[in-house]
Amino acid sequence: MSVVDYTQELSVVEGKPPLRSIDELISRPLNTKPTKAYYIALTVTLSMLGIGVIGLLLSFYYGTGMWGNNNPVGWGFPIVNFVFWVGIGHAGTLISAILFLLRQKWRNGIARFAEGMTIFAVMTAGIFPAIHVGRPWLAGYLFPYPNQHSLWPNFNSPLLWDVFAVSTYFIVSFVFWYVGLIPDFAVLRDRATTKIKKTIYSVTSLGWRNSNRHWQHYEMVYLVLAGFATPLVLSVHTIVSFDFAVAVLPGWHSTIFPPYFVAGAVFSGFAMVQNVLIIIRKIFKYEHIITIDTLEKMNKIMMLTGMLVGYAYAMEFFIAWYSGNPIEQFTFVNRAFGPYAWAYWIMVSCNVLMPQLFWFRKIRRTIPVMFVIAVFVNVGMWFERFVITVTSLANDFLPSSWAYYKPTLVDGAILLGSFGFFFTWVLLFSKTLPVVSIAEIKSVIDGSQPSHGEH
Amino acid sequence: MDNKTLYSYTALFRTPDEIIHAAEAVQEKGYVKYDVNTPYPVHGMDKAMKLKPSRLPFVSMFFGFSGTFFSLFMMYWMASIDYPVIVGGKPFFSFPAYVPIMFELTVLSAAVMTVIVMLAVFFKLPNLRHPFHDTDYMKAVSSDQYGISIEAEDEKFNEEEIKALFEELGAHKIEPIYFDDEEYTFKQTVFEPKFISLLVIVGLLVSGTTYFSLNKLMNMIPFNWMRFQSKVITQEESTFFSDGFGMRMPVKGTVAREHIPYLYADKPEEAAVNLVNPLPVTKANLELGHTKFNIFCSPCHGYFGEGDSRLRGQFPNPPSLHSEKVRNWKDGRIYHVLMEGQNSMPSYASQLNYNERWAVILYIRVLQRSLNAKETDL
Repeated sequence: MSVVDYTQELSVVEGKPPLRSIDELISRPLNTKPTKAYYIALTVTLSMLGIGVIGLLLSFYYGTGMWGNNNPVGWGFPIVNFVFWVGIGHAGTLISAILFLLRQKWRNGIARFAEGMTIFAVMTAGIFPAIHVGRPWLAGYLFPYPNQHSLWPNFNSPLLWDVFAVSTYFIVSFVFWYVGLIPDFAVLRDRATTKIKKTIYSVTSLGWRNSNRHWQHYEMVYLVLAGFATPLVLSVHTIVSFDFAVAVLPGWHSTIFPPYFVAGAVFSGFAMVQNVLIIIRKIFKYEHIITIDTLEKMNKIMMLTGMLVGYAYAMEFFIAWYSGNPIEQFTFVNRAFGPYAWAYWIMVSCNVLMPQLFWFRKIRRTIPVMFVIAVFVNVGMWFERFVITVTSLANDFLPSSWAYYKPTLVDGAILLGSFGFFFTWVLLFSKTLPVVSIAEIKSVIDGSQPSHGEH
Repeated sequence: MDNKTLYSYTALFRTPDEIIHAAEAVQEKGYVKYDVNTPYPVHGMDKAMKLKPSRLPFVSMFFGFSGTFFSLFMMYWMASIDYPVIVGGKPFFSFPAYVPIMFELTVLSAAVMTVIVMLAVFFKLPNLRHPFHDTDYMKAVSSDQYGISIEAEDEKFNEEEIKALFEELGAHKIEPIYFDDEEYTFKQTVFEPKFISLLVIVGLLVSGTTYFSLNKLMNMIPFNWMRFQSKVITQEESTFFSDGFGMRMPVKGTVAREHIPYLYADKPEEAAVNLVNPLPVTKANLELGHTKFNIFCSPCHGYFGEGDSRLRGQFPNPPSLHSEKVRNWKDGRIYHVLMEGQNSMPSYASQLNYNERWAVILYIRVLQRSLNAKETDL
């Protein structure tokens, strides 16, 4: 047979590892002492986090004047970083929910880690709107609770929609993640050798018994949650884009924003997940669970979303010309050739040109090359948010109020700190919880399903 | 061993095909209280066990719609009834703007409640006292084997029959599971030293944190609500100005709005000569004077200017306004008295404005004339 048989699904787990070896493999990082490399990595991320904390303390003590935000550019780095980190989170939900609904079995190996990254990315993102208001300890006023002013928030504002969207997104992602973890905690509980571990895993597994009468409801709930998480993840970046699109600023006030933002979010999220997974699969020896085929599929999604984003860039220019609106036209010419042209061309080359290399099968399957491309994608997506946020604000309708935005060292420290925060969580997660879903992986190993069943 | 209570009989199998077959056989024999335990959901098992479809989607639907309508009602009540504020000229009830939040709360309510209902109501978890826990059976089925268990409570339960059935099905291990008596008879008491000390520690932590944050933290930068700022505050000391005052005197020659400077301080005669009543004698002016006189002058001078104070001796009675002297004063001379005061009468410059002062003088003339009318008036 020289023709590929497409009716037969390829196995997503290489070889046919015994089920018990999966338990051992996935719980090994939890039962062994961290290596030197782990401590070094943790030191690096904690130092980055520390620098960010210093930046934040300076900002709180002296006020937000420590940042580069100036009069027309009131949003600056905090909002750029917020949109960037929320976007990173989107890949996790896409992998765990949308690919689940589409019955993509290859997701089972990477879903847990991607969901974890979603949670950490949303936590990181949440820092920025809170610090951007200057007094984050008063953020409780964002929620409608009966307060001493007897005032309610303004439900007509996209910024408030954001509060609801991001907090719902965090809670639902966390619940989804925890539901997936329950059977794995049960496995860890039954393998636990020390009393303290046994107690912790008994509590976190809630006394899960692997009963099929439970599995039946469990699978249904997983399906329902995936069904809810799918529109949710689309809604979150849509609402983030409303923060821009509902304003009347040229370059922001555009109906292409929601799909454009969602595609961009998935794009950058996949790049980040791919980067981290490449390292994880190498260190934890998960090459046969997170296979090169899985990585190739992720690269294909990156190429697709990269082209969607490229299409949006082109369409923005086209509409600016086609609408005949001189202010809109100026904004886009100014983006590409104005004072921020450097940022614009970094964005275009990283987001549109780099992923085109994935047309070559060889590049899609070469780990170092795809790693570098994904790093470029992340840089490019950060610059996309920078270009959108800053250029429109810096040069708007009134030339007399134009100003050039220059971030300060404190801005940079906080950005660095956000990476430190995110990767600290990722590192802690990789050593404390099963980073691959044990139950889900077992269910897709060859021979793990009955041969005479309908499937 | 023998006085233990039996929970169930279990059998372990090595392949998914065997367990499906076993489940079908047990179901066929008419057992009701049995369960299959597998390390992951095995396809086709629900059919083999003849399980009804899960009803959890209805739970999701119920809580999803609850979230939708709750959020819609919440926003309607807050923005249209409790504290209506016009935002951007939009109606109080702006439905399109509410859709995103309605959607988010639908998802939130449905997702969280479905999971809670599944765990707490459908599964009755957390349950760490189940007889399965800590058994070799559990350890096997959570890892790589497939188990089936028939409970002792089942009506058709018979040890020998079940053993025979399991052996016939090819189970490689058959074992009974007993209740852990110690776990089931254990009673938690409230007055346990550990529990009490936990309560005390939690209480101390909560009250300490509350005290610290409300009484100390709120006075620390940057949590002090910008109470201390490097700016000049009225009536506070200032190190910026050489005289140490925070408030400044106006520049010399500053005139307040609508303030007409009085040029004849301590010069009553000049005032009498130079000041002329600018108001014509009209009904409106006289009524203004009447009102103001009754308010500010009559407490001491009496309603008719006769010096019959209503203050019952608490303040010296002024002389009558009908005296020869006052009747012969020019209007400007009386105006001077209003501005500067006289003897124990204070200045009324701040109570009466320019027009009111002159109106009062017109009214005093009316009073004087009423008691000392000229013959031509008759």
